[in-house]
Amino acid sequence: MIRSFNALLIRDLKLAARVGGSGVMGLIFFLMIVTLIPFALGPDLNLLSRIGPAILWIAALLATLIGLDRLFQADQEDGSLDLLRLSHAPMEIVVLAKVIAYWLVTGLPLALAAPFLGFLVALSPEAMLAMVATLLVGTPALTFIGAVGAALTSSLRRGGLILAILVLPFMIPTLIFGVSAANAAVGGTIPFVTPFLVLMALSLIAAVVGTVGAAAALRSGE
Amino acid sequence: MRGLRLSVNNLACERGERRIFEGVSFTLSAGEALVITGRNGAGKSSLLDILAGRLHPAGGAILLDEAGERTLAECLHYVGHRDALKAALTAEENLTFARDFLGHPALKPREALEAVGLAHAARLPVAYLSAGQRRRVALARLLVAHRPLWLLDEPTSALDTTSQETLRLILEGHREQGGMIVASTHSPLFLKDAKEIRIERTKIPPPVAGEGAERSEAGEGAGSMEHSPSPAPRSREGHPLPQRGEGETGEPL
Repeated sequence: MIRSFNALLIRDLKLAARVGGSGVMGLIFFLMIVTLIPFALGPDLNLLSRIGPAILWIAALLATLIGLDRLFQADQEDGSLDLLRLSHAPMEIVVLAKVIAYWLVTGLPLALAAPFLGFLVALSPEAMLAMVATLLVGTPALTFIGAVGAALTSSLRRGGLILAILVLPFMIPTLIFGVSAANAAVGGTIPFVTPFLVLMALSLIAAVVGTVGAAAALRSGE
Repeated sequence: MRGLRLSVNNLACERGERRIFEGVSFTLSAGEALVITGRNGAGKSSLLDILAGRLHPAGGAILLDEAGERTLAECLHYVGHRDALKAALTAEENLTFARDFLGHPALKPREALEAVGLAHAARLPVAYLSAGQRRRVALARLLVAHRPLWLLDEPTSALDTTSQETLRLILEGHREQGGMIVASTHSPLFLKDAKEIRIERTKIPPPVAGEGAERSEAGEGAGSMEHSPSPAPRSREGHPLPQRGEGETGEPL
């Protein structure tokens, strides 16, 4: 079972790194949104640093969403999903390996790139650290929630939009607590830990519910 | 693997609330092969899909004896129309993945590619390969992991005559080791003593204007099954083929 998990994880990471893979797409999309905002808002540094965490979080959410529709659809189209059903490893392991691989090539780079993009929205050093921490802890929740939608829409040709409509409402709590944790780190009345712990809890819940939900959706897919 | 036995009883298939076929029964023991024939849209692929666990049967049962703790899905290889290869990965990487993922590793990817005559393409991305070569890489997957039951949907499509003969030898080799094969096909596979099952409709179809209408028509009404483990298969030329057990049912082209 571990062997199957590793094999799938390595395959998906390789695919992401190859030409046409989803590896850098999310990161570039993230960069584009964050770069555009200061141009649109003007050089008001106070305003930018106040709404900076929110901008980064919205950008991270959209960047996670953009490649998500291909998570299972690519495997569905070329028949790989049928191969994935034939393992002795249950579907949950398949989902887990694919989602972790997806997070490693989208969520993790987003979190690591946050400090550099923080310059563009005039974040203070503490706020940059808080952004890295919240994105690191919060983006898995986004990916796991999105995986359920990706599994449900895997057999639809233009599933991307439906996927976004399906999963966005469920991503809102993560967004709220992610932004409030990042804001709490630079000031405010609530301590940083309170929303941060809720964010962690959301990620853990999403990891369980998302894995089981996506596996169930894939099983009943055909 | 030796005592493995697959029995299918009264299987029925529905797609989109239309009965495609019903009353399909057969048994398959170690070393046996079953060839499914029938016209386009008769339900050959659907039957394989049901066996592979991709479709739920509308009725009937599939039993696997002597498989131990393994489920049917863990005992089978499936090579269908979609080749389940990742275009961005090389042939070798695709097979390495299948070998590690499916468990019970057999041949190394290189050896499997050699067996299908594609050793030179091991390091090429699958996207660069032709349809026939891709099909051969997909068939090489049969060799990288031990699975007693092979489900093949039109295995010879896109293959040239040399590759068809290679495939025949691989299939016979698998049967000699106690494996089982279920293959749907339009062209003869020339497998030794293969059971044959024909899926077809009872009603004579009304004259249709074009070939395009055929597929949508084919599912209507109850399909009928003609199970002929004993020999009625006829070769293309119309000569009756030798009786079961007398030897090969034909010569390779």
